[in-house]
Amino acid sequence: MSDTALSGQKGPTARNMFAALQLDTRLLGMIGAFVVLCLVFNFFTDFRFLTPRNIFNLTIQTVSVAIMATGMVFVIVTRHIDLSVGSVLATVAAIMAVVQTDVLPGILGLGHPAIWILAILAGMAVGIAIGAFQGWMIGYLGIPAFIVTLGGLLVWRNVAWFITSGQTIGPLDETFTMIGGIGGTMGETGSWIFGILAVAAALWLQVASRRRKSSHGFPVKPAWAEVTMGVTTSIAILGFVWILNSYDIPKARLKRIFEASGDTLPDGLTMGYGIPYSVLLLIVVAVVMTVVAQRTRLGRYIFATGGNPDAAELSGINTRFLTVKVFAIMGALSGLAAAVAAARLGFSTNDIGTLDELRVIAAAVIGGTALAGGVGTIYGAILGALIMQSLQSGMAMVGVDAPLQNIVVGTVLVLAVLVDIIYRKRTGD
Amino acid sequence: MDAPLVEMKDMCISFGGVRAVDHVTVDLYPGEVVGLLGHNGAGKSTLIKILSGAYKADSGEIRINGKEVHIHSPRDARAQNIETIYQTLALADNLDAASNLFLGRELTSPLGFVDDDAMEAETRKIMGRLNPNFKKFHAPVKALSGGQRQSVAIARAVYFNAKILIMDEPTAALGVHETQMVAELIQELKKQGLGIFLISHDIHDVFQLCDRIAVMKNGQLVGTAKTTDVTDDDVLGMIILGKCPDGAIPGPGALVDDSVVG
Repeated sequence: MSDTALSGQKGPTARNMFAALQLDTRLLGMIGAFVVLCLVFNFFTDFRFLTPRNIFNLTIQTVSVAIMATGMVFVIVTRHIDLSVGSVLATVAAIMAVVQTDVLPGILGLGHPAIWILAILAGMAVGIAIGAFQGWMIGYLGIPAFIVTLGGLLVWRNVAWFITSGQTIGPLDETFTMIGGIGGTMGETGSWIFGILAVAAALWLQVASRRRKSSHGFPVKPAWAEVTMGVTTSIAILGFVWILNSYDIPKARLKRIFEASGDTLPDGLTMGYGIPYSVLLLIVVAVVMTVVAQRTRLGRYIFATGGNPDAAELSGINTRFLTVKVFAIMGALSGLAAAVAAARLGFSTNDIGTLDELRVIAAAVIGGTALAGGVGTIYGAILGALIMQSLQSGMAMVGVDAPLQNIVVGTVLVLAVLVDIIYRKRTGD
Repeated sequence: MDAPLVEMKDMCISFGGVRAVDHVTVDLYPGEVVGLLGHNGAGKSTLIKILSGAYKADSGEIRINGKEVHIHSPRDARAQNIETIYQTLALADNLDAASNLFLGRELTSPLGFVDDDAMEAETRKIMGRLNPNFKKFHAPVKALSGGQRQSVAIARAVYFNAKILIMDEPTAALGVHETQMVAELIQELKKQGLGIFLISHDIHDVFQLCDRIAVMKNGQLVGTAKTTDVTDDDVLGMIILGKCPDGAIPGPGALVDDSVVG
């Protein structure tokens, strides 16, 4: 009987084939919008937008906001908000700068190899402490997150000012500045090795998941769908590496690098930058945060609390302490972002991270995080940050006036949320 | 008769000067269904939330199998094998059935990561027993019907081997067919020796499902009775007037003199 049923069906329809891939249509929509955006900018900038050089710059400009956006997902999913991230970033950047220029050289000696990491650890500790403190006020004292972090916005911005007396602190430690972007990249070989390892990991995860599902007797995707997915992921990863490797280090700079190590630059030699360490950091953060969101109890409780705080409480989840943890994570990520932002500038400035809270919230929201709580993804937030940054720098490249740029960004934010609301209503998601 | 499974003695709790539960004493035996009845605001849900750990009593004593226990949180209640199915279902709408079933007690892999596949497998097993029509294992529970949601909530209680089950209006949001399903389930759990507190507004339900009833009014216990010893009208009189009929054991909230009621 099942044979007749099967033969009655004349091959899979396009819709069925699409469904078999079990793709996140929302994500596809965002990627589609992003691709269109890039193509439009590419056209209006005489094809300068989609050059390896510009893509390289886009990625390093996105890192700081994207790192914080992953944390903002957790904050918004638990129905809170954090308006203080830009200011916390400033305070942490100031502390990292002071520690590595004033404090540690006095103890360890100038240029000590451990300075950069100690400075980062000190800053991260402060970031975590600030986040946990704000989370404690929200969770245990019951002050709304909006108020606590609005206060934090003022307090930490000016704590940073107070620490540095308003001065720009720098130049920062040379190793430290390597996590800022163009100053520290993995090189072509390193990037290819990373790319291949990443592909191997992605494929292994796919196979392991399929094996686990079939061992429980669950339905699995058809083999062709798995292969399509695997090939697409592999091409995406290796393509990304290829683009970043294609951005060649300028001749003059290459020459200086060779001269610094006592060699001369061989004729005709070119070297690509490869993946910046800051982007590597973002990838690590994204992977860790995704694992936390999907595969740990902490992540499960964050989403459960966002979906129904009472249910979470009645299930024995300590939602107050959970709030502290969520804000502590946000603080830690603000600390990391501070390191990247300061390292990119080479200095800690008084206005570092100004308005970042808005960019971070916008990135998370454009990435599909619902302010009502319970819904949001890490990859969405990172894509959101990338879209925001592309919009901003694309318009700058096209030559759109500064006021118009911000008008467009604001409009896009609101429209993106509107489209998301309509989408969710349609799909009942 | 055996020792009661649950004894709640002289329970009191106040909220801002209002005595929500006022010296209430109830008990529950294994394999028994006790119906808690009363108007909205009579204190039934509050009393039950003390047992489930959602509220902490101001005074009173809870004994499980004759031993005094202290329940300060939902976790404490679960440790005593007390499971609660709330009126509001207490499900996280954005998560799927398996995540809800195991919420707070996730199965983890040896490395400590949440093992979604194992939880889904267990969920499929238990749902196959409780509600074989249940198919939406990957949808968030907000996409489920009232009956499907209720079966997730019940599965949660059953899966973790509850000895004491608290059901707060389990059939309030359900259709006829689904109500029947819950009724059958209650009968089956009774056979397995569970004690069940059932909060309900539906007198018909109560007489069909319960062995005994306890009626509350204004935070006080009007009385308790076997369902075989009283009639529908008797019970209505207890709920509305606080009048304790002959077949019932009066509590502190029982109306002493009939003539007071005009």
